[in-house]
Amino acid sequence: MDLVIARPEGLYCPPGDFYIDPWRQVERAVITHGHGDHARTGHAHYLAATPGEGILRKRLGADIDLLALDYGQTINHHGVKLSLHPAGHVLGSAQVRLEYKGEVWVASGDYKVEDDGTCTPFESVRCHTYITESTFGLPIYKWQPQNEIFADINQWWQANADNNRTSVLFCYAFGKAQRLLSGLNPSIGPILVHGAVEPLNRVYREAGVALPHTQYVGELQDTSQIRKSIVLAPPSAQGTSWMKRFGDYSDAFASGWMQLRGTRRRRGVDRGFIMSDHADWPGLQKAIQGSGAERVFVTHGQVHTMVRWLCEQGLDAQGFTTEYGEEEAEAEAHLPHDTSDAAGVSESPLTENVVSEGSPQQHIDKATV
Amino acid sequence: MRAFANLYARLDATTSSNAKLAALQDYFRAASADDAAWAVYFLSGGRPRQLVPTKLLRELTLRESGLPEWLFEESYQAVGDLAETMTLLLPETLHSSEEGLAVWVEQKLLPLRGLAPELLTMQLVPLLQQLDRRSQLVCIKLITGSFRVGVSRLLVTRALAAVAEVDAKRVAQRLVGYTDLSARPTATHYLKLVAPVNEDEDERLEGQPYPFFLAHPLQIPTDDFAAQIGSPDQWLVEWKWDGIRSQLVKRDGQLWVWSRGEELVTDRFPELNRLLDHIPDGTVIDGEIVVWKANAPYLETEETTRDSGWTDNCQLQPSALQNCVQPFALLQQRIGRKALTPKILENIPVVILAYDLLEWQGQDCRERPQWERRAQLEQVVATCGQPQLQISQLLTGESWQDLDRQREASRSLGVEGMMLKRKDARYGVGRTKDVGVWWKWKIDPYSIDAVLIYAQRGHGRRASLYTDYTFAVWDGAENILDRKLVPFAKAYSGLTDAEMREVDAIIRKTTVEKFGPVRSVTPSMVFELGFEGIALSTRHKSGIAVRFPRMLRWRQDKPVAEADTLETLRELLPQTSRQSKDDRTKTPDSKIESVNDTVSQTSPQDEVL
Repeated sequence: MDLVIARPEGLYCPPGDFYIDPWRQVERAVITHGHGDHARTGHAHYLAATPGEGILRKRLGADIDLLALDYGQTINHHGVKLSLHPAGHVLGSAQVRLEYKGEVWVASGDYKVEDDGTCTPFESVRCHTYITESTFGLPIYKWQPQNEIFADINQWWQANADNNRTSVLFCYAFGKAQRLLSGLNPSIGPILVHGAVEPLNRVYREAGVALPHTQYVGELQDTSQIRKSIVLAPPSAQGTSWMKRFGDYSDAFASGWMQLRGTRRRRGVDRGFIMSDHADWPGLQKAIQGSGAERVFVTHGQVHTMVRWLCEQGLDAQGFTTEYGEEEAEAEAHLPHDTSDAAGVSESPLTENVVSEGSPQQHIDKATV
Repeated sequence: MRAFANLYARLDATTSSNAKLAALQDYFRAASADDAAWAVYFLSGGRPRQLVPTKLLRELTLRESGLPEWLFEESYQAVGDLAETMTLLLPETLHSSEEGLAVWVEQKLLPLRGLAPELLTMQLVPLLQQLDRRSQLVCIKLITGSFRVGVSRLLVTRALAAVAEVDAKRVAQRLVGYTDLSARPTATHYLKLVAPVNEDEDERLEGQPYPFFLAHPLQIPTDDFAAQIGSPDQWLVEWKWDGIRSQLVKRDGQLWVWSRGEELVTDRFPELNRLLDHIPDGTVIDGEIVVWKANAPYLETEETTRDSGWTDNCQLQPSALQNCVQPFALLQQRIGRKALTPKILENIPVVILAYDLLEWQGQDCRERPQWERRAQLEQVVATCGQPQLQISQLLTGESWQDLDRQREASRSLGVEGMMLKRKDARYGVGRTKDVGVWWKWKIDPYSIDAVLIYAQRGHGRRASLYTDYTFAVWDGAENILDRKLVPFAKAYSGLTDAEMREVDAIIRKTTVEKFGPVRSVTPSMVFELGFEGIALSTRHKSGIAVRFPRMLRWRQDKPVAEADTLETLRELLPQTSRQSKDDRTKTPDSKIESVNDTVSQTSPQDEVL
């Protein structure tokens, strides 16, 4: 029997009677990670991995009914053995392992296979059926090791600092920002962050992740060093009046979408650093192979391409329609509109715009309606 | 190669002219003269003919990457650029060649031309393996002839001027003809570009033309003209001809014809050579090459031609001269031909309509005022007395409003509107206004409200977004029950980035079917399309081809049912061709078929730079 099926509310486990990352309000929701399109408000009971608890409470409310499971710890729900395993995507991200009557299914949520140092690295989990994302499911997506990218970023920052120009690095506030912070070289200059980023840094630090010292731009007293500094801000800050304080700055965007010249140029930034929290093409293949699954369901991203490819590799692959990302969701859908969400760029952490690469803007809108 | 690839990356990464200028200067300061010579060539638009067919590059990528063909196609559709797709799919190399651009072009790439496919692949694969990814991209773009990097010739000129510490106008002068196909740039050429000013330099050599002076669009209401630009008597007014902007250079008993792209096109227009003995040495004329004919048999049946009596008009009344200028589409056919057969020369004869004189009696006269050059030019044309050299007539009007009324005849005359040249203007370099100004006062394009029915992903900047659309009109009025949408034009330009994203999202949501890269959508979006010309066509289902179609605006206010009909579109056809519609068997219009395909993809001649 199928342990996970697609329902209008979200991915559903019939024998266990619970949902995984549902997009409509349900009774029981297992949350793979805290990005806006996976963790939504309003469910009665939440279950998530312990390292992600801080994020979820920050985002969904401190008083949500949340059961936190350590990675590898098993609970039994209506006869379904459920455990969570690291997905390596962001802090607290998990793959959901379900076992029922000898059948094992794993729903991977979003994942990446490279160890980034800011969250527990991805672990391969053996199963019969694997549910995989496909955000970067084309062979054109191949990531460089992150230390090479950090070297590029630090070099760019250093060159700007030498020219007395502020470096503004756009990145998603949750996950990507902290990963970037962990690779910055604080000896180059001060590290400043947007109001949407700082609260999440705090959560990471509380979870024991070592991040360099950061200063919240809104509380900056001494502005003399601003031209030597690097600023981490969400993409929605681009082109808004918030940027004016940095004068003649150089800007960059860190995302897997920067792999393509067209997307990079449309972004209109000086530099594009190719860094993603999702698996690249080889990463997806590695994870699927590592699971040993013979049956694969493909969700959000390049569903059609991946299904066809996997079938040609002799696997039984099918697509799952989810609201995590439109089928074949592509670069542009993930770029926040230039002006429409300027309102989301406030100094107040309450209006933070926590968006992951894999989550198109429209889903944020849906979630808030 | 790496230094040039890095320059490409720097230029590609920014939209700021200053940043580009800085990147160019850094490169020219550091590069060897050999390398810089080729860099100038490529950056200012020089393009050797394709060295390697793209088909072979695809095959090579498939083999080297081990991917199935469909996955390669999916990838290509997402990337929207063949060279980039290749570099992303080819196995990573750890090498990075230290050899410069000149060595690469001259010793490694140019020798690939004309090799048999197997030999070509055998040589190309190890070559690509010597390059890092960035250099690979540039290298592939060079061998496919698709190298473009958003740098204008003017910007290259400015960078060279700064490096050489020579006036930019002088560098522009030296750069003329540099990218001509017959030339192969060398260190010597480059050193001449950046050499200190030499007194003898003003003695012009051989067939070199002058940098073209370009016009600015005039986009203000006619009623504001007087206040903004003064009265008409301060201006020389002419028709804006729809042909090929050219310079005719006569020196040392020889004649050269140069196009606006500074390409030597003498051989393309052998009839102009008849002017050789009738224009004195040391003369340079600026004008427009147009097809010049008494009538247009391809548009008209024999009867209509006879009835209209145009042939007579043409000979008897000088004021009807413009009737003899034929559509650009006709000229386009001739340009496209490899061999100019006597039949083509007979059917598509050209003349040059002269409108400026840049050199007279061996003297550069660009510093003399417009009216003075014009007076001299009229004498030159009169003395010449050959039909291949005509003067571009001056138009007069009491007021701008009066001229505006005359301008309404533009379409029927086959011109694009009017040109306004200030009487005291000097002849500038490129699109400048510092020594005087030329305005192009174009007529509004034709426009029609059409429905978007198919979409395809774009290239380059629009890569991976659905931005290339096919538009249709209704084949019947709104009260007809089973009327259908008939496609008639493709367009991709005219939307803002934000609109592009919005349309892209709607296309994804309303997709009905996919045929390879093309999606059909539920008709829901109406756009006002603009185009410059319209003609009958047997190639298109609609029976109509339009020239240079683009989106003028998105009619979000308009329901699909209210889009225009084929009938409305047909009413825009020139009178004569509409009559011949029922007579199509007699007048096959295969000649204009190509219009939509060739012209819509490239801008009209005057928009190239």
